[in-house]
Amino acid sequence: MSAFVVTAVILGLAALGYHLGRGRARGLVSNGSGTARLHSLPGYHGGYVALWCALPAFGLLALWLALEPAALRYQTLSTLGDQVDGLAPERVELLYNDIRNLAAGTATSRAPDAGLKAAADSHARLEALLPWALLVVASLLAVAGLLYGRRRLTPAFRARNAVERSLRWILIASSTIAVLTTIGIVLSLLFEALRFFDKVPLAEFLFGLEWSPQTALRADQVGSSGSFGAVPIFAGTALISLIAMLVAVPVGLFSAIYLAEYAKRRVRDVVKPVLEILAGIPTVVYGFFAALTVAPQVRGFGEAVGLDVSSESALVAGVVMGIMIIPFVSSLSDDVITAVPRSLREGSYGLGATQSETIRQVVLPAALPGIVGSILLAVSRAIGETMIVVMAAGLAANLTANPFQAVTTVTVQIVTLLIGDQEFDSPKTLAAFALGLVLFAITLVLNIVALVIVRKYREEYD
Amino acid sequence: MSLPDDTTPPEAANMIVARDVDVHYDDKQALFGVSLDVVGGNVTALIGPSGCGKSTFLRCLNRMNDVIEGCRVSGRIEIEGEDIYDRSLDVVQLRARVGMVFQKPNPFPKSIYDNIAYGPRIHGLAASRGELDEIVERSLVRAGLWDEAKDRLRQPGTSLSGGQQQRLCIARAIAVDPQVVLMDEPCSALDPIATARIEELIDELRQNYTILIVTHSMQQAARVSQRTAFFHLGYLVEVGTTEQIFTNPHDSRTQDYITGRFG
Repeated sequence: MSAFVVTAVILGLAALGYHLGRGRARGLVSNGSGTARLHSLPGYHGGYVALWCALPAFGLLALWLALEPAALRYQTLSTLGDQVDGLAPERVELLYNDIRNLAAGTATSRAPDAGLKAAADSHARLEALLPWALLVVASLLAVAGLLYGRRRLTPAFRARNAVERSLRWILIASSTIAVLTTIGIVLSLLFEALRFFDKVPLAEFLFGLEWSPQTALRADQVGSSGSFGAVPIFAGTALISLIAMLVAVPVGLFSAIYLAEYAKRRVRDVVKPVLEILAGIPTVVYGFFAALTVAPQVRGFGEAVGLDVSSESALVAGVVMGIMIIPFVSSLSDDVITAVPRSLREGSYGLGATQSETIRQVVLPAALPGIVGSILLAVSRAIGETMIVVMAAGLAANLTANPFQAVTTVTVQIVTLLIGDQEFDSPKTLAAFALGLVLFAITLVLNIVALVIVRKYREEYD
Repeated sequence: MSLPDDTTPPEAANMIVARDVDVHYDDKQALFGVSLDVVGGNVTALIGPSGCGKSTFLRCLNRMNDVIEGCRVSGRIEIEGEDIYDRSLDVVQLRARVGMVFQKPNPFPKSIYDNIAYGPRIHGLAASRGELDEIVERSLVRAGLWDEAKDRLRQPGTSLSGGQQQRLCIARAIAVDPQVVLMDEPCSALDPIATARIEELIDELRQNYTILIVTHSMQQAARVSQRTAFFHLGYLVEVGTTEQIFTNPHDSRTQDYITGRFG
């Protein structure tokens, strides 16, 4: 909450700075000899002052928020003096927790003594004081920046260029955040997965044929010998994704071709948005559509022709997932097909080719990189999809290629591994990270393959 | 509309006969009652300022306007006495008889060989691989591209230079052995040297094909064509031998255009 107030104050000051800067820039020329001209428009001067006002203050805010908890903890623990020395880290953690709980007025794990109470009081005082300190310091910094920026304004000052430079830094900072987040996610996956591989050998995980992640909570528990062979669940993912692509690629591609090449403008204007609505349906809705509507139908049909179809089957999940990703394939393919130059089509028509000959032999080859890209995007989407599979395909880790059987996928297993009462460092929980890591690697490879294909054909065709 | 000039040959010799052709794009009329006779074995140049309808007329001759939504063509166009807007006519066959070369070189995303073989393949003109090879070679030789392309037939058509690409497109058009070749400003995207080569080529092709060429360059019309038609604001103003149009135009608008007073 305090960060929010500080942000609002800084933004208010920045707006004020903009106003003052612009006003001063206008004043510079009207009060001058009359021949003086501004290098930049008054708005840029205003922007310059606003940046000087806002950027240092926001930097301080970020730094403050990052360091505040650690500083608070250090300060509080130091009031306890030598009581902390020689304690094990988790004991210190417990102690600090108690102090915080005491300060907040909630239950503690021990009867508070005087030292603890004193520490809690100082903690509460500090905690109440810090937001105000932050507000005052940040505001002062903002005002200082504002005044500094305003002082630098002269008619010849190149405010436009200065604003341009800082915009570049703002953009660099934004992209850095994205990159660092990605790296952070990968590293956390990697380290937790390494902890998992301490307990379960890598070879067993990658090549084992049995997946049953129930581990014993107590040593005397029965029936819960964990086995972590990931082959069945990766096979399940592959099976369901394959079925989904068998549905989505032909339907999506053909509808894209229809929309791009055959449909009249008015039909296209109606059909394309309707197709894209498919992409807007929440996956959980697809999930119960699959479980409650499609699955009984498929089951009934299977019984009628004498097939043994379980009520949760890879087929149903795959087909519904395929329907879900049709718009990914069709919309992107439609865009790339439409982008094929008209001159290529006319060249083909001019030689007496029919429409379908033109599409097959000229338009599709020219659009191939984009089409492959859209299909691979759809595959990544299918592999990562969870909700439909949870509801329609089941949790049983069967190793089968029979689409009428229940299978399970990587994402579903990650969900089931992480819900429930398990200590965090048990192999069951850590297995989720290993699965996530392998899934990430697979999607990464798919994306790289897509890039390579696109690049290869682009060289040849452009 | 023009009065028949004294050089118009008797009707029977005309390859293409167009009568009272109107073209509308949605509500906008682009051509008004164009009647034009095209003599076989000749190069006919269509000249006129931008937007005068010369390309539209050219695209009527192989019904390329059909693929444009909202375009309507009325009137009568005959090629060798056959009405090409007749219901029973197969557009695909027509376009095989009337080839087209476009403003910008538009090789297909295929190899040089496959670019040329495209038309013969879809029309089943070659019974064997050897025959197809022959057609490809003959077309490239006629288009003057064989020496440059014979060692790189498997490379993509887009690896050629602009002028070579345009000659590839001409080779592609003549590979299906058309009677008429339509060229829509074929040199507008090329440099002067490539243009000169295409112009030479057009002059050679005249022996085998009837050629119509739309051009913005009056020098080009004068260099390559035997007959010239001048279009203005959707009307065919004047048609005659190239010499007559450029030295002794009957209409004052033609006179103004070729002397550079407008356009």
